[in-house]
Amino acid sequence: MTEQTETVLEPEIAPAMQPEKEEKYYLRFTLPQRYLHAVLFTSFLGLAASGLPMRFSENAPARFVARAVGGFGAILFFHKFCAIVLTLAFLYHVKDIITRAAVNKEKGMFWGPTSMVANWKDVKDLVGHLRWFVGLGPKPQFDRYAYWEKFDYWAVFWGMVVIGFSGYAMWFAPFFAKFLPGWALNAVLVIHGEEALLAILFIFSIHFVNTHLRPGSFPMDMVIFTGKETEEEFRKKRTLEYERLARQGKLEAKVADRPVYWWVNFARVVGFTAILIGLTLLVLTLIAYFGTV
Amino acid sequence: MKTISSVRMYFHSTPAARNPEAICSGDASRMLVFERLLTGVERQPNGFSASKLGSRRRMLLGALLALMLPALPRVMLAKDADCLSCHADKTMQDASGKNVGVDANLFHSSIHGSLACSDCHTDIHDYPHPDHPAAVQCETCHADEAKGLTGSVHAKASAQPCLSCHGNPHTIFTKDDPRSAVYPLNIPKTCGTCHGNRALAQKYGLQNVYSVYMDSIHGYAVSKEGLLVAANCMSCHGSHHILSHKDPQSPTYKANIPNTCGSCHGGVKAEYMSGVHGKQVAAGNMKAPVCTDCHTAHAILQPTLASFRMQSTPICGSCHKEKLATYRDTFHSQLGLLGGYVQTARCWDCHGAHEVLPASDPRSPIAQANLVKTCGKCHAGANARFVQYQPHANPRNRRLSPALYYIRTFMNLLLWSVLGFFSLHTLLWFLRSKYEQRKNGPTGEEKHD
Repeated sequence: MTEQTETVLEPEIAPAMQPEKEEKYYLRFTLPQRYLHAVLFTSFLGLAASGLPMRFSENAPARFVARAVGGFGAILFFHKFCAIVLTLAFLYHVKDIITRAAVNKEKGMFWGPTSMVANWKDVKDLVGHLRWFVGLGPKPQFDRYAYWEKFDYWAVFWGMVVIGFSGYAMWFAPFFAKFLPGWALNAVLVIHGEEALLAILFIFSIHFVNTHLRPGSFPMDMVIFTGKETEEEFRKKRTLEYERLARQGKLEAKVADRPVYWWVNFARVVGFTAILIGLTLLVLTLIAYFGTV
Repeated sequence: MKTISSVRMYFHSTPAARNPEAICSGDASRMLVFERLLTGVERQPNGFSASKLGSRRRMLLGALLALMLPALPRVMLAKDADCLSCHADKTMQDASGKNVGVDANLFHSSIHGSLACSDCHTDIHDYPHPDHPAAVQCETCHADEAKGLTGSVHAKASAQPCLSCHGNPHTIFTKDDPRSAVYPLNIPKTCGTCHGNRALAQKYGLQNVYSVYMDSIHGYAVSKEGLLVAANCMSCHGSHHILSHKDPQSPTYKANIPNTCGSCHGGVKAEYMSGVHGKQVAAGNMKAPVCTDCHTAHAILQPTLASFRMQSTPICGSCHKEKLATYRDTFHSQLGLLGGYVQTARCWDCHGAHEVLPASDPRSPIAQANLVKTCGKCHAGANARFVQYQPHANPRNRRLSPALYYIRTFMNLLLWSVLGFFSLHTLLWFLRSKYEQRKNGPTGEEKHD
């Protein structure tokens, strides 16, 4: 609690009236990574919107929506279509990891401060963060990926494997029955539904708040859409990475152009639409879940 | 139009003053009949008449009566032609406005066309006749039908119950004559006169069955296809001796339904009787379903129709509650409930419709040896492992589906522990950030350098 108490306040001027500062921008996400996120969240929204009516087929709004869009045939077609899109995105990502690790011999992919793999520091950060929440210690400083971001990544990664496999097992049941015992065909439906429910509830509540809606990022963290963040944001949110790059003299290589207005505005429209759809589905899901349990 | 009173005035006047035109404009020839009656012109005996009196003797009797009642000169009515000389006017009305005209041609071609008027109107022999002749007693000839009617639900339905169905008494045709009100294709309309009447249905606490019947597969066969063999009201309810479905003698009594429907659907009846439901009913268990429990009585639909496929599953489930609940958990059910897709397995697609047999019976489609074939109807490539799938698995039941139970428990545990932990985590973070914002100004917690 010591470090922030000395914060120097900026003069209180409305953001619109603030003179445009020549702020430096740094690249955080590459274009393919941003595309991947866009494909991921659009197909996920599609899968959630078409999957939930199936999970809660006795729920009146679910039936109404399903019938309005052309009934089960339409819903299932759309669900499978989104599933294929997401599968391709997942395979592209796996291929990307393998290429970077095995072909490009990129360092620090599986271990170290820039890796997605959890390490001991993440455990300490989690504990430290929780202590800071309740005023028992200082705020931990994070590197390129904070522990909750790693959790988001692995939750989605694990979720795609589990939900994807169980989904394809149902889609091609007679084929999968050549290797799987009969009861597994029952199990995959339970697993598919429960894991998908977890994914939906997690993304539409925890991920939304942690990444976009919490104070500091509210109403939306634009970095996943523009790929760039200001120097101030970089320094504050990912202090350790900023300082490490500064020490190593690699900071300048990350400098990027200011994101163009039309792109920021377009991304805002898309992003807010996604958040709105997500929150609507969250409310409907909770109503249906607690209405039928 | 002439009325009874105008005819009477004609006869009460003196012969010289009689003017046929006064009562029957232009129809002088008919009036001649009356003139001949009055002057006693020789006539041929009427072979069909119930009366064995010769015309001369009848004339004498008439004269005698005329003497006894000098104010009302009476006239013998010897032949149908005599009656028709007035009643042939189809628009003729009695004092109360009731139509008493007879279409002579139609009457003569009707089933009763060879009878004389007085065979039915037994109290009318001469003219003038009473304003309100006695009601015709159909049971004089139709004793069996009348007896059936007396014990039926229609016994008190109408003052003239015969006519309610058979229509105009002077134009009754045999039931295989398309003009008949009880011709198979006309029966629904005839019964519908009352049973399609909402007010009447309400009064007697009946369902308004006419419209649903007309929309049913039987109604369609009758009204659109013109099938004489299609079930009409009579086929199931009978005709004269119609009983309540609560009466054990009624063909619509639950225990009798398989026989009633089986009188046409013989093959289905044989299948049904060898299945578990048929055997239960035969053994007297009236909780078991009969034809109408699944197909309904009047609104019977073509069983391949989407609406039938959707409406019948809950009917099976009204007894097999746990099976319906577990079916609802599966893809098979979810597809149908969301609309537009009802081809997925419904109860009878796997269990059979009429010859429902337990899995232990080798003839059952759900017997172990038949599963590949049964599932294979939809799932091309189904194999022995595939059919180990449990279409009624219950993940909430540890005893019946232990593997599923533990999988579901694990998944739920994972779900609620992850969500529980992160909800708390995120809530605390949110509150702390708000606190920082308040302390450090609106630009937020991140300003800490």
